[in-house]
Amino acid sequence: MSSDSPQSIIALAGIRYRWRPNAPVVLDVEQLDIAPGERLFIRGPSGSGKTTLLGIMGGVLTPGSGHVHLAGSDLATLSAAARDRLRANEIGFVFQMFNLIPYLSVLDNVLLPCRFSRKRSERAAADREPAAEARRLLARLGLSEAALLTRDVAELSMGQQQRVAVARALIGRPGIVIADEPTSALDVDSRDEFLELLQEECTASGAALLFVSHDVSLAHHFDRTLDMRMLNRALDGEADSS
Amino acid sequence: MTALMHLAARSLWNRRFTAGLALLSITISVALLIGVEKVRTEARSSFTQTVAGTDLIVGARSGSIQLLLYSVFRIGDATANVSWESYQRITSHPMVAWAIPLSLGDSHRGYRVVGTTNSYFERLRYGGNRSLELAAGTWFEDLFEATLGAEVARSLGYDIGDEITLAHGTGSHSFVDHDDMPFTISGILAPTGTPVDQSIHVSLEAIEAIHLGWQSGIPIPGQEVSPEDARSQELTPRSITAFLLGLESRAAVFQIQRAINAYPDEALSAILPGVALQQLWNLVGIAENALLVVAAFVVLAGLAGMVTMLLASLSERRREMAILRSVGARPVHVFGLLTAESTLLGITGAVAGFALVYGAMALGAPLAQASFGIHLTPSAPSVRELTLLGMVIAGAALAGAVPAWRAYRLSLADGLSIRT
Repeated sequence: MSSDSPQSIIALAGIRYRWRPNAPVVLDVEQLDIAPGERLFIRGPSGSGKTTLLGIMGGVLTPGSGHVHLAGSDLATLSAAARDRLRANEIGFVFQMFNLIPYLSVLDNVLLPCRFSRKRSERAAADREPAAEARRLLARLGLSEAALLTRDVAELSMGQQQRVAVARALIGRPGIVIADEPTSALDVDSRDEFLELLQEECTASGAALLFVSHDVSLAHHFDRTLDMRMLNRALDGEADSS
Repeated sequence: MTALMHLAARSLWNRRFTAGLALLSITISVALLIGVEKVRTEARSSFTQTVAGTDLIVGARSGSIQLLLYSVFRIGDATANVSWESYQRITSHPMVAWAIPLSLGDSHRGYRVVGTTNSYFERLRYGGNRSLELAAGTWFEDLFEATLGAEVARSLGYDIGDEITLAHGTGSHSFVDHDDMPFTISGILAPTGTPVDQSIHVSLEAIEAIHLGWQSGIPIPGQEVSPEDARSQELTPRSITAFLLGLESRAAVFQIQRAINAYPDEALSAILPGVALQQLWNLVGIAENALLVVAAFVVLAGLAGMVTMLLASLSERRREMAILRSVGARPVHVFGLLTAESTLLGITGAVAGFALVYGAMALGAPLAQASFGIHLTPSAPSVRELTLLGMVIAGAALAGAVPAWRAYRLSLADGLSIRT
C-alpha cells in the first residue's frame, strides 16, 4: 500500500520529528496507513511517542521530514489554518478523561465540532438538524434522558462523560476517530461496554477507529494491532544508546 | 464569531464569582468616570442657568470670579460695597433696562439673607427664561417681612406667618444677632435649582433698619433701636454689595461695562457673567481634569484586575484549550475566546456602571436639589460620555489581548496534548 494511497484515511511516510532542531528524534515512523473504516489498535506505554504521533496526525505538530496525508490531502502543502480546518472536518478525538468543556451543556459539548467545522455541521445536518443528530447519537450511546442533555457535565459519571465525548467525536461523520486511552479512567465493566459502543458507532458512521492504549488486553477487539515500540524506530536508537 | 461570543459568555458564567469580582471593579470604575463627567456638566449647566438673564454684574473692584461667586452664588464675601449714589447714577443710564440691587452680609441659620427690591422677583431669570414664582404667600411688602427660597423653607420647616430673626455675618452660628427685630415670613418661592432656593429675601430698607445703631459691624451699647423706632427713621441704604443689570440692548454691554470700569467716583467692576463663568471653568478645569485622570486610572486598575483574573484562570484552562483545539478551534480562535471574554466584561461593566450613575441620578435628584441646589435633569447621555464608554470597552478588549496572547502561545505549544 503506497503512502499516498487514496484508500487511506491517514497515511504517514518517512516521518521524523524532533522538538527542537538539534534535539534527538523522538518519533521516527517509516510507514503507517489506516484504511477507511479500519479498526486499529496501537499499543503504546507513556513516553513511546504516541502523543507526538497523534499531534502529527492531527496536523498540530509538523514533522521535520516525511509526509502526512489526511483524507487525501498532504498536510505539508496546507497552511496552519487549513490543517486546523481539515482536522476539524476529518478527525474526532476522544481523550483519556475530562473530555468535556465544563461550562457547556452536554448537548453543546456534542455540537462543538459543528461550530468550528462547516463540513461537519453540514454532514450532521444532512438528515436532520445538528441538535437532533446530537440527540440521536447520545441516545444510541445510552444517554437519552432529556434532563441529562442540559445538565452540568461535571455531574456526569466518568463513563457518561466518555460516551458524550464519543458522540462529539462522531457528530458530522469524520473520517476517523482517534481515541487516546479513553478507557483508562473506567472500571472493567464499563470499559467493555464503552469499547463495544465505540466500535458499533464507528462502524455505523463509517469512521475508521484508531485506538491508542497501553492495555494490551483490549487488542483483541480490533482488526489490527501495532506496537509503538515497533512503529517508532526512534525508540530502538534510544534502546541501543542506553 | 457568534460561536465564540456564546462560548465566552458561558465560560464567564461558569466562573461567575471571580468574573463577577472583575466585573464589579470595572462597573465601579466606570461609574466613577461617568459620575465625574456628569457632575462636571451638570454643575456647569446649573451655574450657567443661574446667570442666564443677566447682562452685567457690578460690584466693588475685585476679580471677576470673586464678584460672580459672591453676588450670584452667595459663595464668599465682598471686599467692599458700592455706594447708593453710584448705584443710582449707573442705573439711571438710558441703556439700563432694569437693575437688581443686592445687599449681603447677614444670615439666618446658615442661609444667606439678601436685601433687595421688587425687581429681584420681577426681573431675575433662571434656567433659560423662567421667572421666579411664589409657591405660597406674597413677595415681601412690609419692612419686617421676608420671602424665603424653597430650600430654606423646606429644610427649616418654615411656613407663612412664622417669625425669624437674622444674624449678623454669614456663619451658621453667629454671636451677634439681630434678635431685637424679628421678621415675618410673607411668602415662599417655588424651587428653581439655583442659589435663590437657599436665600432669604428682605428689603434693602430692612437691612438698613437692623443695622441702626451699629458701627463697624457691631452694635453700640446703649444705642439699640426698637422696630417701632426703626420705622420712623430714614432707611435709604447708604451702600449695597452688588447689583445685576439688564440692558435695553445686548449690543451696549461692552460700552456700559467700560463706562462702569472707568467710573470716576468709585472703584467698581462690571463683569459679563458668561465670561466670568468661563474664567471660573478654566480655573476649576484643572481640578476637574485631575478628577478625570484619577477616574481614568481607577478604570485602568479595574481593567488590570480583569487581566489578572483572566491570566490566573489560564493555567486551569489549558485542558479546555486543548479540547477546543481538538474539535477544530484554531489558535486564533483561542485568542478570540479570551478577547471575547474581556470585551464582554468590558461591555457589561461599562453598561452597568453607566446604569449605576443614571439610576443614582434618578434616585438622588431630589437630594442633590435639596442639599446642593444642583438641579439634575434626566438627560440623554452626551457624546463625550458615550466616547468615554467606547474607550473603556476598547480598553477592555485591548487589555484582553494580554491573556489572549498568552493563551494563544500556550495552545500553540500544547497542541492537542492535555496538560493540567
